[in-house]
Amino acid sequence: MSGLLELQRRVAAAVMHPLTRQETMPRRRKDGASNQSEADAIIKPNDRLSSFERLEIYNRQYWFRLYSCFEEDFPGLMAIVGRKKFDALMRAYLTEIPSTSFSLRNLGSQLEHWLREHVEFIEARTELALDMVRIEWAHIEAFDSAAEPLLDPDDLASVNEDSHLHLQPYLRLLKLHYPVDDLIIEVRSESGSSDSSSNNASVARKRRTVHRVAQLEPEDIHLAVHRHDNAVYYKQLGREDYQLLSALIAGESIGTAIDSAFEGSALPEDERVPFLQTAFQTWASLGWFIK
Amino acid sequence: MPANRFNGFTEYGVGIGLRIPHYRHILSRKPVVDWFEIISENYMVDGGRPLEVLDQILEQYNVVQHGVSMYFGSASAPDPEHLKRLKRLVKRTKTPWLSDHLCWGSVDGRYTHDLLPMPYTWEAVKVTAERIRHVQDFLEIPVVVENVSSYAEYHVSEMTEWEFLNEVVERADCGILLDVNNIYVSSQNHSFDPFTYVNAVPADRIAQIHIAGHSKFEKYILDTHDHPVLEPVWQLYARTIERAGPTATLLEWDDNIPSFEDVHAEALKANQFLHAAAKPAAPEFAEVAK
Repeated sequence: MSGLLELQRRVAAAVMHPLTRQETMPRRRKDGASNQSEADAIIKPNDRLSSFERLEIYNRQYWFRLYSCFEEDFPGLMAIVGRKKFDALMRAYLTEIPSTSFSLRNLGSQLEHWLREHVEFIEARTELALDMVRIEWAHIEAFDSAAEPLLDPDDLASVNEDSHLHLQPYLRLLKLHYPVDDLIIEVRSESGSSDSSSNNASVARKRRTVHRVAQLEPEDIHLAVHRHDNAVYYKQLGREDYQLLSALIAGESIGTAIDSAFEGSALPEDERVPFLQTAFQTWASLGWFIK
Repeated sequence: MPANRFNGFTEYGVGIGLRIPHYRHILSRKPVVDWFEIISENYMVDGGRPLEVLDQILEQYNVVQHGVSMYFGSASAPDPEHLKRLKRLVKRTKTPWLSDHLCWGSVDGRYTHDLLPMPYTWEAVKVTAERIRHVQDFLEIPVVVENVSSYAEYHVSEMTEWEFLNEVVERADCGILLDVNNIYVSSQNHSFDPFTYVNAVPADRIAQIHIAGHSKFEKYILDTHDHPVLEPVWQLYARTIERAGPTATLLEWDDNIPSFEDVHAEALKANQFLHAAAKPAAPEFAEVAK
């Protein structure tokens, strides 16, 4: 092994190791290794800082940067589980799933999967918390995923039941157990409007969110997370809309997708054609169909 | 050097970093700005507002790309997806040169998202120079490397930071983005004379200069980019311009970002040094007679 690679592995192991509860570098790592000895072996001290203190600057910077990014991406999850539990799950997740991307944008990409295997962090409101993580991740993806050129109206008019329609890559469909769309809008608007000059107002808003979370009753909803004029929107869908769009995204023909939409549907036969006309017109006007 | 092969033979003046809080002001007021520097990674996405804003900026302004996660000094190989996305963005912006840091930050596919200092060893010189050449060949534009600020030094180092920088750029045959604030921060943290560093750098390879503010703590200085440029940093800037001539200059302000006007006004203070350096020397009498 090269000396450079070995040194970088040793420094990374120290820098990426979790901080103590006091946000300092631990003297001893979880595996028993001494950070003090590692720092002394690798880093020169100077007349003001020991080797340990110099390495600690990087250890703290690493975690503070990740905390900041993660908190910015998942304010809704924090509102649901509370600050203390959120901190615990954030540290555990980031320790187990360090970034493997050049972009911090992807930091939370494994969070839903990880939480399903670590429900102890969200056990009081498991389904609600998972729904919130799903909508928050869908928001990130809808924000900067590709937008492809729209299907011409003439092409759309000429489709038949054997045709295949393609949908915008930024469109995300969610089937949720709680109406978290309103909640996340409220949380985001609060965090966006809070400022240090109005402490009383901030406290009042925080109480309102906590109250809203506590009151939120389960309700199955279907949601499209999409983008219009570069802003992300949440559009509630009917069960039939959701099944139809899901089938189209899965690559089914229009005929098969329509069959899938009405499978077990309570929609009366005579309302199905007008339903389809309205649905396709709406989605075309939102720019969801692409070439 | 006003224009050289490391900055695509451009003569850019004083620019500022393109930051989200200033988007609205820039797009609506269209202020006169010599050029903007963008953080490449913020625009290496597939669509949405970042790219739309970038395209509007590109219609009106010169844009130069600055990266934060290429990690030329990492022992592990670069991520091909990163390079592919970067090249796509280079084609979009037509950046005349591209900069990133002389540091490392990832190992075995795990990213620290920090600019970690290099061990100044001969092995690191070789690895880093090869990486820069590889990236430059792939991107097909001049690549320049920026010195980072640091808070730690390694026992294994075999040379000074400026000797390491010089060896790397010579072997990679690339330009330098000289960050004079980073030199000042490191000089205070490691107790060396910052002018020794500035005077040792090959002036003909300086493609761009960074200026920024920093924060002083009890036992060390942190490169925070959240203050105006301090006097010792202006002095290093003046010396660099004296050696290299008028050079593309960029003010970095990344935290506690004030209004666009305040950031731009701070950046434009660089003009007093640039104009002084650009002023031709008084002609000799004999030349006037001719």
